[in-house]
Amino acid sequence: MKELSKALLVSLWFMFLTFPILVIRVNTVENTVEWRWRNMLMVGAAAFALHIVWGRMLARGQRRQTGAGRKTPGGIAPGHRLSRFRRFGPAGILLLTAGLAALPFFSSLYQVNILITAMIYIMLGLGLNIVVGLAGLLNLGYVAFYAVGAYSYALLHLHYGLNFWLALPLGASLAALAGIALGYPVLRLRGDYLAIVTLAFGEIIRLVLENWSGFSFGPSGIADIPRPPLFGISMSLEASTVFFYFLMLLMVTLTVFVVTRLQHSRIGRAWVALREDEIACQAMGIDTTRIKLAAFALGATWAGLGGVLFASRTTFINPACFTIWESMLILCIVVLGGMGSIIGVVVGALFLILLPEYLRAFSEYRVLLFGLLLVLMMIFRPGGLLPDRRRTYHFKGETG
Amino acid sequence: MDAPYFLELFLGGLTRGSIYALIALGYTMVYGIIELINFAHGEIYMIGAFTALIAASVLNMMGVNEAAVILLAVSLAVVYACAYGFTVEKIAYKPLRRAPRLSALISAIGMSLFLQNYVLLAQTSDYLPFPSLIPDFAFWEPYAHIIGSTEMVILATTAVIMVLLTFLIRFTRVGKAMRATAQDKTMAALVGVDVNQVISVTFIVGSATAAVGGVLIASHIGQINFYIGFLAGIKAFVAAVLGGIGSIPGAVLGGLVLGCAESVFAGTVSSDYEDVFAFVFLVLVLIFRPSGLLGRPETKKA
Repeated sequence: MKELSKALLVSLWFMFLTFPILVIRVNTVENTVEWRWRNMLMVGAAAFALHIVWGRMLARGQRRQTGAGRKTPGGIAPGHRLSRFRRFGPAGILLLTAGLAALPFFSSLYQVNILITAMIYIMLGLGLNIVVGLAGLLNLGYVAFYAVGAYSYALLHLHYGLNFWLALPLGASLAALAGIALGYPVLRLRGDYLAIVTLAFGEIIRLVLENWSGFSFGPSGIADIPRPPLFGISMSLEASTVFFYFLMLLMVTLTVFVVTRLQHSRIGRAWVALREDEIACQAMGIDTTRIKLAAFALGATWAGLGGVLFASRTTFINPACFTIWESMLILCIVVLGGMGSIIGVVVGALFLILLPEYLRAFSEYRVLLFGLLLVLMMIFRPGGLLPDRRRTYHFKGETG
Repeated sequence: MDAPYFLELFLGGLTRGSIYALIALGYTMVYGIIELINFAHGEIYMIGAFTALIAASVLNMMGVNEAAVILLAVSLAVVYACAYGFTVEKIAYKPLRRAPRLSALISAIGMSLFLQNYVLLAQTSDYLPFPSLIPDFAFWEPYAHIIGSTEMVILATTAVIMVLLTFLIRFTRVGKAMRATAQDKTMAALVGVDVNQVISVTFIVGSATAAVGGVLIASHIGQINFYIGFLAGIKAFVAAVLGGIGSIPGAVLGGLVLGCAESVFAGTVSSDYEDVFAFVFLVLVLIFRPSGLLGRPETKKA
């Protein structure tokens, strides 16, 4: 009963709160007011229901943190859980690969295109995952490196006729250099300052691209960027899309492979140590300057690759492709999937890119839901959908 | 390059700077207490401006007299901004108070995205013309060529709010509790300060000043849309950092310095790169003087 009356209060509060923005809409030109009372009822009902769910979920989360945290969950030692994916086995991986490879021959061009987009975001997500997920450095200007990659291909092609295959490594290295150039001065900054500076950096790059017309052709952008060629064979639009699909499949596989190896390498473990406690990490003799720079540079490398691929795929770029929303979207992918978890990021990217494609009706609400998602994930499931499993070692035998 | 031109730039900069200062206060107060960059703060300012616009239009259409419209619109804007600030804290930050800082920051970013798109969807993505709420005073006529009455009102309001805020923090019971909480939350709780309440009050006061800033600048510039909070929020953050985050006089000083620097840059070098200038300014301040003009250098806690 007490809970119900509280929920009623909350619902009244939200009806009051959303009243001017959600109910009234003024037309200042014709001097008319539109009253949308229905919205008010909807907000009231939603707030009432959500308050009850919210309270229950918060209580459950707290119980989990305090009570269940001590004993080993599910009776499986955490170390054994790691091997669960391995058990999936070569057969499963082979089947998955075969399925993905056969896909463009069964489905429409539209589907293939959506998957290509999703795969570009998988690459970007995995790249950002190095910086945010592993090293714990919140980078809100990730899109800047993506722009560096895209513009370096577009401009080098335009002025020097550079080939796609040469632009790929070159764009990646330029992005990596940009990563170091950003990383070097901001190394000493703490987490939240770092976030703001990277955000500012991303905006600086975009504003410069927009205003420096002599260099980047301003808001009108660059058109007619060639698609990736294959030994000079001329391809129809359809064939080149399928070719691009396979190229992306290859690139994503490569990314997953490299990132996995990185994660379990010496530097990957150093990143995790940095994320958990910078001072302890330094005390262990890790050169934090070097590994931070490495994280920035490697993260940016993937953004650069993604940028070159993006430019060659859309054949047209302008500064509007590289707004802060892109950075936020990629951040959402990493957060939703699970920071530091590779499989999580892949699933997160598929989820966030494919779902809005198929649910066109919700496309208006996309960014709204992304924002909500970030808040809810942080409160109820900070580890993401598929959290990273910490590598742990277990000693069997006498305890205590 | 003559003197009147520079005077004009300087006064324009002061006006702009006082708005930054009003918003920066919210950042700095919240940061001082819970060490969180409240990304959604710019959105609170935007919502304040929207509420004032809606209230003023509705009241105008009902034929309420002009002075009452101004008073009601401003007070509604403040009330609603406070309500939003309070609710945002309860939903997005309170459950994360013991979580890692990165989580709270991401939650704040999410809240900011949410509020922006909430206004976008519920209202419109177009720029709305904002009525000039501040009339041209007749007695100010002789000086209007130097500084308009809107600018004058902005400067005066900012000054009054600063004095009130200083009074609140220095001499009242709540202010004392705020300072205690900023120093040490646990200790403050032990001596009987209701920390949750203090945090709520901080958010409310910060939101109120942001709303005042929102109404003032909107009636100065004459148009608003859902996105104004982003840029204003970042610039106010630059101001807060420049002054030394956590320091209230610092926020004011930072706002004024940033406003003037920006105005002079835009007037003499290039107005295309005005925003770039502010961002570069931020990066340089953070690299060379991260504790700001008035802030104390930070000691790292183990």
